Amino acid sequence: MLSPEEWSIVALSLKVGGVAVLATLPLAFALAWALARYRFPGRVLLDGLVHLPLVLPPVVTGWLLLLAFGPLGPIGRWLESWFGVSVMFRWTGAALAAAIMALPLMVRAMRLSIEAIDRRFEGAARTLGASRWHAFWTISLPLAFPGVLAALVLGFARSIGEFGATITFVSNIPGETRTLPLAIYSALQIPGAEAMVTRLALFSVALSLGALILSEWLVRRTHAERQRHGD
Amino acid sequence: MPKDSGMAIDIDVEKRRGERIIAARFTAGPGLTALFGPSGVGKTSLLAMVAGLLRPDRGHIRIGTRTLFGDDVDLPPEARRIGYVFQDGRLFPHRRVRANLLYGHQLAAPGDRWMGLDEAAAFLGIGHLLDRWPRSLSGGEAQRVAIGRALLAGPEILLMDEPLSSLDAARRGDIMAVIERIRDELKLPILYVSHDRAEVDRLATEVIALDG
Repeated sequence: MLSPEEWSIVALSLKVGGVAVLATLPLAFALAWALARYRFPGRVLLDGLVHLPLVLPPVVTGWLLLLAFGPLGPIGRWLESWFGVSVMFRWTGAALAAAIMALPLMVRAMRLSIEAIDRRFEGAARTLGASRWHAFWTISLPLAFPGVLAALVLGFARSIGEFGATITFVSNIPGETRTLPLAIYSALQIPGAEAMVTRLALFSVALSLGALILSEWLVRRTHAERQRHGD
Repeated sequence: MPKDSGMAIDIDVEKRRGERIIAARFTAGPGLTALFGPSGVGKTSLLAMVAGLLRPDRGHIRIGTRTLFGDDVDLPPEARRIGYVFQDGRLFPHRRVRANLLYGHQLAAPGDRWMGLDEAAAFLGIGHLLDRWPRSLSGGEAQRVAIGRALLAGPEILLMDEPLSSLDAARRGDIMAVIERIRDELKLPILYVSHDRAEVDRLATEVIALDG
């Protein structure tokens, strides 16, 4: 089906996407929780910032990342001097770009599932002796869990498809930052590589469709469960 | 059996909710104290204040010698040792009956517990339901499990918010018999909210009429 070179492109994409969503997960959940449950000053601004990558041209997001994480950028300089690491032109940079682009989708999906939790269950847990924290771990989090999974899957699919911010931020380096979309784009520039384009494109379609169906199924399952329990 | 069944309940609270002011002031002895009144006078809010789920604007809530609220005290719900049986049962949908029953039991200090799982299951006739999911229970079964869950947490007093309202006539009789046994055999003080005269006449040791 795919050549070894194409498989390595797929493997890199899966690595970049996987690291991106897993590393973003705690932050995305905390943001979703704060936005769903609390009213605080700056909430609207925070909501806007989280959603910004959804509407900003990806090339602008990539450029902003370049400014922040570049050798002279505030974060990049700090990473370099304290840890001696740089995400520039590295697969970690591609994962960072993918994470930023996936964040809004993940926060949205988790926020919906958090808002769908019947808070009266938490009250019931408190009267049974659970602290706020214990009620969170034993009641709220398990009830939100299918939504969190759906957000992971959706964020993963988005990460795998990331193009604009990635190519702007970490360029298009074979074996390091050349993920599926970048590889397809590169192959399109080479005469006679149509077969490779087709194979990689079909693989992308299958991957994305599978992820969408899986996340839809997870969300639907939660709703069905809620309905069966009444109000 | 609960340690001290002669516990006095002393409540004097006030809470503004939007346009409405919910206020109540009464003392009650052991047995079942019915808070009786039409829908919308804030009976459920009153129970929520006793449980610590809603903060009164002023006043005090005392059970026996313990102050739950007032005099610069405001115990969180988990420290109040109050069993709350909700109108809708409110069983955790992601836990089986057994795990629902044991939720509060496992959190309670061993010295505070006064009933074990087997005893509760026998008392309520729910032993055959332990491995079921809440969604598969009938209304009457769910309410029994909800009562069991509250008892197993070792409360000093039980709050019941119209526990019969979602049940048909036959089930009502069953659950009323259970409540009478909690009152008479376990001698657990109960604060019972209802707007049904017949229920109150049958169950109440003392009736507090609430009006708006």
